[in-house]
Amino acid sequence: MTFRARHLLGIEQLSPEEIRTVLDLADRYVDFNRRTVKHSDALAGMTQINMFFENSTRTQASFELAGKRLGADVMNMAMAQSSVKKGETLLDTAMTLNAMHPDLLVVRHGSSGAVNLLAEKVNCAVLNAGDGKHEHPTQALLDALTIRRAKGRIQRLTVAICGDIAHSRVARSNLILLGKMENRVRLIAPPTLMPAGVAEFGCEVYDNMAEGLEGADVVMMLRLQRERMDGGFIPSEREYYHRYGLDGDKLRHARPDAIVMHPGPMNRGVEIDGELADDINRSVIQDQVEMGVAVRMACMDLLARNLRAERGRRAMGETYV
Amino acid sequence: MTVFLENARLIDPEALTERLGNVVLDGGLIAAIGAANAPKGAVVIDCGGKCLAPGIVDWGVKIGEPGERHRESFRSAGRAAAAGGVTTIIARPDTAPAIDTPELLEFVTRRAAGAAPVRIHHMAALTKGREGREMTEIGFLLDAGAIAFTDVDHVARDTRSLSRALSYARSLGALVIGHPQDPGLSAGAAVTSGKFASLRGLPAVSPMAERMGLDRDLALVEMTGVRYHADQITTARSLPALARAKADGLNVTAGISIHHLTLNDLDVGDYRTFFKMTPPLRSEEDRLAVLEAVASGLIDVIASMHTPADEESKRLPFEEAAAGAVALETLLPAAMRLYHSGALTLAQLFRAMALNPARRLGLPQGRLAEGAPADLVLFDPDAPFLLDRFKLHSKSKNTPFDGQRMEGKVLATFVAGVQVYGNAGAEEHS
Repeated sequence: MTFRARHLLGIEQLSPEEIRTVLDLADRYVDFNRRTVKHSDALAGMTQINMFFENSTRTQASFELAGKRLGADVMNMAMAQSSVKKGETLLDTAMTLNAMHPDLLVVRHGSSGAVNLLAEKVNCAVLNAGDGKHEHPTQALLDALTIRRAKGRIQRLTVAICGDIAHSRVARSNLILLGKMENRVRLIAPPTLMPAGVAEFGCEVYDNMAEGLEGADVVMMLRLQRERMDGGFIPSEREYYHRYGLDGDKLRHARPDAIVMHPGPMNRGVEIDGELADDINRSVIQDQVEMGVAVRMACMDLLARNLRAERGRRAMGETYV
Repeated sequence: MTVFLENARLIDPEALTERLGNVVLDGGLIAAIGAANAPKGAVVIDCGGKCLAPGIVDWGVKIGEPGERHRESFRSAGRAAAAGGVTTIIARPDTAPAIDTPELLEFVTRRAAGAAPVRIHHMAALTKGREGREMTEIGFLLDAGAIAFTDVDHVARDTRSLSRALSYARSLGALVIGHPQDPGLSAGAAVTSGKFASLRGLPAVSPMAERMGLDRDLALVEMTGVRYHADQITTARSLPALARAKADGLNVTAGISIHHLTLNDLDVGDYRTFFKMTPPLRSEEDRLAVLEAVASGLIDVIASMHTPADEESKRLPFEEAAAGAVALETLLPAAMRLYHSGALTLAQLFRAMALNPARRLGLPQGRLAEGAPADLVLFDPDAPFLLDRFKLHSKSKNTPFDGQRMEGKVLATFVAGVQVYGNAGAEEHS
């Protein structure tokens, strides 16, 4: 087992072995979560603070549940309505929380790199729950676990990521993870929603769904992030749905056993057909939510082990020096 | 006081030559070059074969007066300049409030007088509040001593108002400095678009925004006949347009910051806000292209674009952090990187850092010639050091070169024949 990271800031910092370690442990937590009595003491005595500078229901609930099932004391801070509004800087907020000795800090922030900045200043393990348009590592890990369980492997697959890639941290983290695990990645989006220079990441770039989906094992749809758009990216939602929304017709270009994924929340009838999203033979969207809790438990468990080991080493050093 | 500088490696940016020789300073001027012996009663300074060049004329320095004196004052900027071999500061009007009235210009001129050991000239805003709508009192501001007019990084969206301001400026012979950047395309951008920006998920601007801004400005120059200087040309795609304008005989020059010549977009690394600049750092291909343009003389001026920012405004997520870096003191050592890499000779560097800006601004400085002002810098281009930002004289410490190995130390700085930095005089003997 390999997992050296002190923080989980992004997939970029993880090795393929570390990714496999997370997925293996998460597999065990999937079974654990299906029991009637689902309580462990892996994080007993530890304090987990969820700091969400952007509103989130699903991710925050998932992290909260993961922490509670591992026995941590979990506190949620809705930062969107807090002292940040009174002009406190991110680092002051971080230092204030740091003085309360949390062990795990789960952070979501609207600015790319904000979680990295915060991790430099605190003494606990920091988990990135999404920073701006940068990374959302637990989402990529839960997607990987979902794919591995559905397809039996997480390499040598053709994965199509479709939709609003420009505004998506989910796309970035998935792109990096799937690349590290040696998969073929295709990006499909209108040129206005495709970030510059992505072809240099070693993925194939398409602006046509039929061509991009040809022979895909996995079809990953992204939410159209209307709240991040300042206008003029697409002519209308109905034209977007017509050209880029996933429905049965477009899905026929993918392999017959291709699975359909979506990080949620979905805009039915904008990026995905409602019926397709609910089709239990193709859609693994509900599985993704289940895997989310297990993956977050695995990540926090592994980070907590490293944190304990680090503190142990420090205590030993203080005793024997 | 007469000073005899002997055994110096003389960097002549006019002739683009270097040679060993002696220089006599007298009455604030360079009295003689090449004299074999010290005049009677002169203070003799042995330069030990180190480089003697015209003092740097740094075009585009932000000083926090009025409004942001905690970031930089005339006193602290002056000390930093002297330590960096900068003998003339051309100050920017992007203060709070902007320097857009003759009264305010007189105020800063009074504040600056005597506060700094180097010369300071002030630019004034081209439009009121740098808002790009109504022109300032260009005539009165010229009378009050404004050396040039600029809205700095605020780009006017209203081309009709801008064309009026430029026409009016032309009638008075005023020099106008533009910031070539398409305001729509570059709105909100923190980095240059490309693979790196996409990976980091940062709002990005295409390098084409600079070309578009330059094309627009050059069309307005052709229309109005104004004397125009582009503050920073940083991308390869702008260069043909600039070359064409010069070949067509338009009264146009261009500059670039030392950071765009020595750093590239990848230096931002893990969201390091000290590397956030306006315009953002460019790709390595762009850097090499503009470096070539400085060597050929297409880009005329290298400046520090000294922009002091306090810790609070830099210790923020990258998108929200302030842009700009202090560079009065690091301009010369950073420029030495270009010399040591073989990209530019010392004479070419001082042509861009001293001769060309002085000429364009109508100042007598920038030359190593008899009769020129005795504003000089004595430096060792090879002296290595590790840069510690907390040792800088600036009040603000936001330099991207913190902790880096540099080569090139200023040994002494002279303004009007008086040594304002260094202890070269301590070795005096006759």
